[in-house]
Amino acid sequence: MREKLIGWIVCVLVLGCLLLGVSIFSLSVGSVGIGVKNIISLIFEGEGTTEYNILFNIRLPRILLGFAIGGALAIAGVIAQGVFRNPLVEPYTLGISGGAALGVCLNIVLRLNRRLGLVSLPMCGFLGAVSVIALVYTLSRRKGTLKIQGLLLTGVMISFICSSLVMLIMSIARTEDLHGIIFWIMGSLEEPNWLLIKLTVFISVLGLFIAYLFCIDLNALSLGEEEAIHLGINVERTKLTLFLLTSLLTGCSVSVAGVIGFVGLTIPHLVRMVVGKDYRIVLIASFLTGGAFLILCDTLARIVIAPLELPVGVITGILGGSLFVYALAKGRYVLGER
Amino acid sequence: MIEIRGLICGYGSQFSLRNINLKVERGEILGIIGPNGSGKTTLLRAMSRVLKPKTGMILFEEKDIWQMGFKELSTKMAVVSQSIDVGDIAVEEFVLLGRTPYFSSFQFLETKMDLDIAEKAMRLTGIFALKDRPMTKMSGGERQLAVIARALAQEPKVLLLDEPTTHLDIAHQVVVLDIIKRLNRKLGITIIVVLHDLNLASEYCERIVLINDGRVYKIGKPEEVLTYQTIEEVYNTVVVVERNPVSSKPYVLVVSEEERQRKKREEK
Repeated sequence: MREKLIGWIVCVLVLGCLLLGVSIFSLSVGSVGIGVKNIISLIFEGEGTTEYNILFNIRLPRILLGFAIGGALAIAGVIAQGVFRNPLVEPYTLGISGGAALGVCLNIVLRLNRRLGLVSLPMCGFLGAVSVIALVYTLSRRKGTLKIQGLLLTGVMISFICSSLVMLIMSIARTEDLHGIIFWIMGSLEEPNWLLIKLTVFISVLGLFIAYLFCIDLNALSLGEEEAIHLGINVERTKLTLFLLTSLLTGCSVSVAGVIGFVGLTIPHLVRMVVGKDYRIVLIASFLTGGAFLILCDTLARIVIAPLELPVGVITGILGGSLFVYALAKGRYVLGER
Repeated sequence: MIEIRGLICGYGSQFSLRNINLKVERGEILGIIGPNGSGKTTLLRAMSRVLKPKTGMILFEEKDIWQMGFKELSTKMAVVSQSIDVGDIAVEEFVLLGRTPYFSSFQFLETKMDLDIAEKAMRLTGIFALKDRPMTKMSGGERQLAVIARALAQEPKVLLLDEPTTHLDIAHQVVVLDIIKRLNRKLGITIIVVLHDLNLASEYCERIVLINDGRVYKIGKPEEVLTYQTIEEVYNTVVVVERNPVSSKPYVLVVSEEERQRKKREEK
């Protein structure tokens, strides 16, 4: 037990250092390179300079947001895969991103953002996500129990319907709106509103705490719902709470940063390959790895064709997807084959 | 210990259990037998609170199991299900999952006591030497023993087992059932075991319940239940019942169709 605990602590420390390293790297590179040594002196005496401005008003918010959203998506993936006992589930499979995308599209096309301000974009995204969650949830509840497989299928279908509706809207949208929609769908960590950033970080970390309270239940659930009942787990309550938690985390991420795929699918698998299947470490490790991964992807998105910028969703798609294929090819592990 | 009163229960509108009344005594080994689809597994699932009864109730030490807390029941009753998807974890970690009901709300690590109890459970089932091996690398028999060890880690008063010997060869069948018997004798754990094999039920159980079509058809000592008339009625199969020369328990032998016809011809 003690060895296991020491292993976990080492693992968390290593990942913490990785996260810190990626963050510093992300702070220092970009269209204006700022050396690591300069960063330290800038913190204390640089206020007012352009470089200070770049560091703390442009790069730091993105790093914070990348950490929060990467972490949130990764643990949402861990929880979803755990509850559904299906390795191919990711938070977006549940149709949440589709709903959020639809909400944002409607907002842009109906020009609500011009009347209500830019904050109305994430608001509409969140409303869309919540409506889909409510719909999926009501459709999959039978006689007081949540039918997990049905829920999954409903989610996938609603996801398809939503993306078709988004296509429909795009095909009749004005050209000037089209760019906004496309950029949002591909995902971006650019977010000028500090309050929204702080809120996202808060929800993300809170989500990790709540999820951690269920790590023992998730361990038991890995044997199946019936076994979990035999082990004294209130399965219905756990499923419901975790489903809502995943939805909240995904909904928040999508509404702030758009659709950023593959973080929630790939990160949990890579983490499990290294640290094992115990949710007590998988949750924390995934949160840290997800945060570091998204910050790295966002940094790449900024520097690859600087001063222009790529959508971060494209980078996570390419990187995350390739990593997932690699994991599949390497191991018997991913699909649970032996 | 356990009392089932007027239990009606099933899936959807189909009732696979229609009015079961049964008393399980403290410290006994009770075997449940019956044809396929007679409701044996359903009965076990109802007793372990996976399936909610339509009517009737199940009392554990005079207390309705549906009035108990989730953790309360699982510290008194453990279940060894027929086939569980164990995943890719080490035997010791798998057995430690049996300590789940003893975790308090904000406890995330096993205590020394949990580890000791898991070790004891593994020693009792004879798999302590395999404790670091992944569950996926275990043979069928070893895996079954690990599942029993996990159930033991719950420190139950009652152990429910659903066909613990299916897919095992004759040696492993005996190993598993001998261990179950030893748990009953040494630790006083009440055993309720669903068995397909009538001869194993006869050999190891003190009392046998024969379930047919969702009702208790007969209950009693092996020699009272396992008579050729009863078995032919319930299973619609011609059998011969002899005595085991060593244990003098009833022993059920089947007769093939060809032999039956040959016999008939000879009698003519």
